[in-house]
Amino acid sequence: MNPLIQIAYLVASVLFIIGIKMMGRTKDARNGNLVSSIGMFVAIAATVFQVDAISLTDILICVVIGSAIGLYTASKVEMTQIPEMVALFNGFGGMASLAVAMSDFWLQTQVNGFQVGPIIGVSAVLSIFIGGLTFSGSMIAFLKLNGKISGGSVMFKGQHLINLLLLLGAVAIAIVGLTNQDNPIYFFVLIGIALLLGILTVIPIGGADMPVVISLLNSYSGMAACTTGFVLNNNVLIVSGALVGASGIILTQIMCKAMNRSLINVLLGGFGQAPSVIGDDGPAMIVKEVGVEEAAMLFDSASSVIVVPGYGMAVAQAQHTIRELSEQCEKRGIDFRFAIHPVAGRMPGHMNVLLAEANISYDKLIEMDEINDDFSNTDIVFVVGANDVVNPAARTNPQSPIFGMPILNVDKARTVIVSKRSMGKGYAGIENELFGYPNCLMLFGDAKQTVAKVVSEMKEI
Amino acid sequence: MHTVSLESLIILLYILVLASYLGFELINKVPPTLHTPLMSGSNAISGITIVGGILACNELGYSSVSKWLGMLGLILATINVVGGYAVTNRMLKMFKKKK
Repeated sequence: MNPLIQIAYLVASVLFIIGIKMMGRTKDARNGNLVSSIGMFVAIAATVFQVDAISLTDILICVVIGSAIGLYTASKVEMTQIPEMVALFNGFGGMASLAVAMSDFWLQTQVNGFQVGPIIGVSAVLSIFIGGLTFSGSMIAFLKLNGKISGGSVMFKGQHLINLLLLLGAVAIAIVGLTNQDNPIYFFVLIGIALLLGILTVIPIGGADMPVVISLLNSYSGMAACTTGFVLNNNVLIVSGALVGASGIILTQIMCKAMNRSLINVLLGGFGQAPSVIGDDGPAMIVKEVGVEEAAMLFDSASSVIVVPGYGMAVAQAQHTIRELSEQCEKRGIDFRFAIHPVAGRMPGHMNVLLAEANISYDKLIEMDEINDDFSNTDIVFVVGANDVVNPAARTNPQSPIFGMPILNVDKARTVIVSKRSMGKGYAGIENELFGYPNCLMLFGDAKQTVAKVVSEMKEI
Repeated sequence: MHTVSLESLIILLYILVLASYLGFELINKVPPTLHTPLMSGSNAISGITIVGGILACNELGYSSVSKWLGMLGLILATINVVGGYAVTNRMLKMFKKKK
């Protein structure tokens, strides 16, 4: 192998690492992304040097098609749709690894008539299996996120047993396939099992568990690239795949911790599927309603406000009107901040992106651990489209399904205003006892419209 | 035809383990604010399969399944690389600190 190409791959790997390091600081993050993309360019350039001039046209056509689709998607996607886009791209990554590993395997065993050794063989099997599973699982996640199929949990009897049998079947077929390399049929069956398993493992996982699933599929897409690196004996694939794999696993861990659940528990699914029995025996909750005029006056007389955004804010596209609310408050000298729960939204950090899009300064967005002690000194907490992450039952009721989950202690504030469409339950299917608290006021209606009315009332005060 | 010997497998495993460890250390320091751009950025990095796609396309004629698979892989990986970097850049451009 040409040492210059190897050095170029080393440079690319280092640029990826520096790029990810820079992604850890908000002010350097954009340059970090640039550094990482330069790394990618170096890796691609070094690879193009190795190919015959005559195949360059084919390569160029593929790159032009891919770039056009990529650029179009990246420029058109709404910030609320980023989770869908990431899910889709995870799937593409998985399928790309599958295709490349299968291509190499086919070339060697079917075209050249070789038998590959156990190391390449096992790597190819892993790459095809993880890639296929990532692809179909990501497509299900994508369809769930954009509402094409129900976002809820789909469970049926014997589901876990079927998954286990499929997994064992995949191992068996892989062994048979590697011992009979001249017959590619086994590999097609393996792809089929991987695709089926991807679907079956993602359908039982409910909508609000999506941050975990997307992070995990992100990790898988990295692992698929990594195993393809073993097939091709290519270091830069292994390094980048490992970085992405590690990144996805860490985000998965953070999400699970923020929900006080184990990864196994999330993967087995079914959370919040049936309404829990515990909620029924308590006395009916008495909730207090507040109108937009009164809400406007409450904001006007407050000296500190904390907004707690949730997925409902994204659905209502209310982030821009909330910025207007923040402007009204800041004009009056009111301390206005945001409290971000780690699992708010449909992917890690989703709320931060939406609020950044609405032109809200990122130093106003405070993490749960930093802001949780401040609620008791706060005049108004405004909950927009969040539910389970502010349910005090997680602290007080050991029988609640969400007991033990770290929550934002909004109930400690002097007044809590909750913007909500109706008295529906959160995704966990349980009553939120916060709504019955004496310091809690409900502001019913579409978040975007009610907040806009509150803002126009405030302009008149 | 390329083969992987046991010696080079060990080296590849060293690379895998050290890169994973480095990944864990680096990502742990990324604040939650940046988790979404981090994920779309790592989408782009996982498009490194583009390298494999290019090599897989380096085959003459269109009669072979492996050529078609290579081209499919190359297109998908390019979508990841270009789309991933572009959308990450678009997001990070919005992260501003007001005075």
